[in-house]
Amino acid sequence: MSEIIKLTTPLTDKVIEKLKIGAQVLITGTLYTARDAAHKRLVDLLNSGKELPFDIRGQIIYYVGPAPARPGYVTGPAGPTTSERMDPYAPRLMEAGMKGMIGKGKRSKAVVDAMKKNKCVYFAAIGGAAALIARSIKKVEVIAYEDLGAEAVRRMEVEDFQVIVVNDIYGNDLYQEGMKKYRR
Amino acid sequence: MRNIHVKDITEAVKSLCMDANYNLPEDVLQAFNSGLEIEESPVGRSVLNALKENARIAGNEKIPICQDTGFSVFFMDVGQEVHIEGGSITDAINEGVRQGYKEGYLRKSICDAFTRKNTGDNTPAVINYDIVPGDKIKIICAPKGGGSSNMSRVIMLKPADGIEGIKNFVIQRVLESGSNPCPPVIVGVGIGGSMEKVALLATKALLRPLGTINPDPVLREIEEDLLKKINDLGMGPEGFGGRFYAMAVHIEKFPCHIASLPVAVNISCHASRHKEIVL
Repeated sequence: MSEIIKLTTPLTDKVIEKLKIGAQVLITGTLYTARDAAHKRLVDLLNSGKELPFDIRGQIIYYVGPAPARPGYVTGPAGPTTSERMDPYAPRLMEAGMKGMIGKGKRSKAVVDAMKKNKCVYFAAIGGAAALIARSIKKVEVIAYEDLGAEAVRRMEVEDFQVIVVNDIYGNDLYQEGMKKYRR
Repeated sequence: MRNIHVKDITEAVKSLCMDANYNLPEDVLQAFNSGLEIEESPVGRSVLNALKENARIAGNEKIPICQDTGFSVFFMDVGQEVHIEGGSITDAINEGVRQGYKEGYLRKSICDAFTRKNTGDNTPAVINYDIVPGDKIKIICAPKGGGSSNMSRVIMLKPADGIEGIKNFVIQRVLESGSNPCPPVIVGVGIGGSMEKVALLATKALLRPLGTINPDPVLREIEEDLLKKINDLGMGPEGFGGRFYAMAVHIEKFPCHIASLPVAVNISCHASRHKEIVL
């Protein structure tokens, strides 16, 4: 589990096929942020045949609602939120071309199945390490749903953003495998 | 009788909100170091080191440890010889939260339960008052994040379930929580009382400093047994696998009705934030 893989966005199937659970990954490029409220709006748009506020194909969605930025900072602390709240929406976004998700905590079977089918990978960032994580975020711009405040959709430019692969496209789960390894 | 002006309460609350969110308590940092000694998983150790670095950055730069700066929960021990002057004590606390969250660049996370519209200033706070002897007011500010709070549960067990039933419930709750509450966690357990009392006991259990020993030998033994069983599940820091999922199990107990055995679990994430001041 010690290998470190450097990735740039957007993600391609070829890159995703190489990612296995436990791999430590440094992401450089663009992340789009969304939590529950924004997911609902995005999926409503897709279901009514409308365009999303950004091109989701090949992109990664980061489940985060940052704290406000102090003057002179690009962003306030910005660690992952619990992913399971996005489970009802994630498969629809995968169908639209989303290739990665960053959050924390386990996903539903429906999400894991959709990941296999659509070749999408699920990463965890370190929950609660928000001040540290913010250092790898270089630029932030609200691109939709400003009325949602912390929950608005943001485009983040990141450098060496540190994550770990929790669910790969082969149906493996780091939470289950990690636990098996250390269980007494 | 001693007079305390509401302005002083507002000022104190404002600075407590910021202090609690920027500065991780020393006992938690000590626990991270103890965790590094026992953690076998390399990923687990790298998580613990990242959390230490995160706390260092937050404290130095006066930015929140976690983006979820929590529900503003207060425990107020109000001396019965205190006279509050200048207005309502509850309004004064909420004003302190409003100012602290705005001026401290803390996230506003409170919304209407149905419309989900944000109140915009992190109010209203959840305030628990106790009337105590004396002429002082002790204010404990304990911001509580949503991810770990969502893992909390209350159950009314049958008296026949006994200590084994309590242990099974706690372990099952922790297992189901997995990585969601941002481990390494503190597991707060309330036993006894009424339905609302037991939830409060579990929450208060989280305020006990890490490394302190439960004065009740029976509870101490249950705490130690639960901690071992929880860490033997192998979930580790952030649930990635490892030895150090829980920093501690803390239990508070209270007598209960002859028909009942209430149990509550409230889990704190590793950002176990609480600061206090005495006025």
